Amino acid sequence: MTELAENLEPAREVIVRYNNVKKAFGNNIVLNDLNLDVYKGEKVALIGPSGSGKTTIIRMLMTLEQPSSGTIEIDGEQLWHKEVNGQLKDADEKHLRKVRGKIGMVFQQYNLFPHMSIMRNCTEAPIHVLGLPKDEAKERALQMLQKVGLSDKVDMYPSQLSGGQQQRVAIARSLVMQPKVMLFDEVTAALDPELVGEVLEVIKDIASEGETTMMLITHEMDFARDVADRVLFLDNGLIAEHGTPYDVIENPQSDRLKSFLGRFNSAH
Amino acid sequence: MTWDWAFAFEIFPRILQGVGVTIGATFSAFAISLTLGLVLTLLRRSSFKPLSLTIAGIIEFIRVTPPLVQLFFVYFAFDMGPFLTGAIVLGVHYSTYVSEVYRSGINSVPKSQWEASRALNFSPVQTWRKVVLPQAIPPIIPMLGNYLIILFKETPLLMGIYVTEMMMIARSIGAETYRFLEPITIVGFIFLVLSYPCALFIRYLERKSGQIPGSAEKGVKA
Amino acid sequence: MFTNIDTFLPYILGGLTTTVQAFLFGAVLAYSIAIVAGLARTSRLAIVRGVATVFVELFRGTSLLVQMFFFAFAFPALMPFTMSTFIAGGLALGLNYGAYASEVVRGAVLAVPKGQKEAAISLNMSKFQTMRRVVLPQAFRLMLPGLGNNAIELLKGTSLVYFISLADMTFNANILRSSNTSLVSQVEIYTYLLLVYFVLALPLVFLTRWLEKRASKGVSTA
Ligand SMILES: Nc1ncnc2c1ncn2[C@@H]1O[C@H](COP(=O)(O)OP(=O)(O)O)[C@@H](O)[C@H]1O
Ligand SMILES: [Mg+2]
Repeated sequence: MTELAENLEPAREVIVRYNNVKKAFGNNIVLNDLNLDVYKGEKVALIGPSGSGKTTIIRMLMTLEQPSSGTIEIDGEQLWHKEVNGQLKDADEKHLRKVRGKIGMVFQQYNLFPHMSIMRNCTEAPIHVLGLPKDEAKERALQMLQKVGLSDKVDMYPSQLSGGQQQRVAIARSLVMQPKVMLFDEVTAALDPELVGEVLEVIKDIASEGETTMMLITHEMDFARDVADRVLFLDNGLIAEHGTPYDVIENPQSDRLKSFLGRFNSAH
Repeated sequence: MTWDWAFAFEIFPRILQGVGVTIGATFSAFAISLTLGLVLTLLRRSSFKPLSLTIAGIIEFIRVTPPLVQLFFVYFAFDMGPFLTGAIVLGVHYSTYVSEVYRSGINSVPKSQWEASRALNFSPVQTWRKVVLPQAIPPIIPMLGNYLIILFKETPLLMGIYVTEMMMIARSIGAETYRFLEPITIVGFIFLVLSYPCALFIRYLERKSGQIPGSAEKGVKA
Repeated sequence: MFTNIDTFLPYILGGLTTTVQAFLFGAVLAYSIAIVAGLARTSRLAIVRGVATVFVELFRGTSLLVQMFFFAFAFPALMPFTMSTFIAGGLALGLNYGAYASEVVRGAVLAVPKGQKEAAISLNMSKFQTMRRVVLPQAFRLMLPGLGNNAIELLKGTSLVYFISLADMTFNANILRSSNTSLVSQVEIYTYLLLVYFVLALPLVFLTRWLEKRASKGVSTA
């Protein structure tokens, strides 16, 4: 997998590297020997049937699940391990916090803080985690809220917004932290169909700015084709097919992928 | 003064004699609350507003005033003997909690079940007996069990009207011997030994039925 | 009937201060304990959880009146110092209702959706920041109705200090009864007593209702 990816993107710098990562929940082996490199600025879409392990892959990066074995590197640094005298030891909370500052995540269920206004949702972490002065945090938050088209909602509470608006706030909240890698886990799956578009547009905008590395789990194939540099098809905890959106979505090789994509075509 | 094992063993059988009364009072009172609680729930659902509001008011009054004072009131107002008074007063007091539990159970039966019963032309009594209650009761059994345990631990109050349950005996021993440590500790121990396994069993039931453990505990309205 | 209000009611109200003091002492202690023990029970450290669990199970399992007698009569024998009866009563109230209320706190903390913690982690908040800025503010709203109900129970529980001879309202009423032995007077005395407790409880009842309505707002439903 590693060498293949290098062939595709020869001159670029790796920002996320999964090395022989295994993950099991009890006896249920969810990921078996995952090897994956993601490059700086790259947009990677993860597709695949439900239960194939997509969410687990990005949750391990967000430090929400710990790999059963293997290592994950971010920007050249071990995520779940600490190098002490050349040996790998389990990372402590301090180390995790240092490294995961580079990662941001947007969830399927938005997970906005219901007891905070939109503005405070976006400034709480910048002020208390990054230590920004209040004014600067607010300014940054406002910029990002403008980017997602919600700068007029700063004083409202999450419950007063539509699902699509809440998800856009969640994206802004994550952007304010200026993560190097942003993770999106089926961020439109909980939305009413008519609200999906506005959220996807916002993500496309951010993607077109280029710098941020993105890993996106999605069932929106048109969106994946538009936004991704590379598409991975997950099946049973393995990367079954991968390549450019054209390779994977337009020219599927395996029957599994064909039948998976067939479900979306028939739905259109 | 330190713990005296010989004394503890000497008085243990005497205190144990009160267990029967304690448990008897608990179950008599619980039987009353289960029955009266259901009546209160049904009356409270009456569409005749003056009735349902009156019932709601009575429930509230009984629920928020001390059961000890209610015991005194009934004991001195009616000539019923201590045990019967105790069982009735605690039973009535806890029927207000039990009725709240029934209410939550009944409210959790989907409206469609009532509609289906009407469609099948069930009489109101048939609807209650065959459709609603069989669905409403099982999920609230753990909550009812919690109230049984709480009731059990409330029985020392009966000492106030001279029921010779465990605490009454312990206090008499204390008054006779000027040693309170052993008798009171023994009573506490017996309460713990009897109630804790029941509590564990109920938590097991709660977990099995996917409820939040402790949701029917004292201080949490069901 | 009800002709002696001029003499009976003031006499009963002579115990109001003690009742209110016992309530306040118990409430402050109970809520402090509830927060500490409730959070301790959600701790990641097994030893912290263990100590808190033993405390909670012990005080929930052994009955308030037993604990009150223990602190008032058995404890002084064990300890080198003396403790006023008021402190003993307040301690029993605080520890007992604190143990129950800690379950409310624990339940509220556990009821905050998991996604909230995960969002905090995704924003790289520390464990402490997650607790203080995300989980606790939401849990606090959820626990208020339960704590309100707990306060009502505590107010009722203060009547038990009568047993350890603190001159609260119930104690005064019983003194009054012993010198007014006609049936009519006895009914009259306890009626006033119940009404006074009811009036004291009413603000707590309304507060709890209001908190229940408010609790549903401002908390993630996801
Ligand atoms: N916390 C968990 N505990 C146990 N099993 C889990 C947990 N999270 C995920 N799984 C299991 O891991 C497998 C992959 O899940 P997931 O990564 O969510 O798949 P996807 O996102 O592709 O639908 C599923 O079989 C799921 O049941
Ligand atoms: Mg998923």
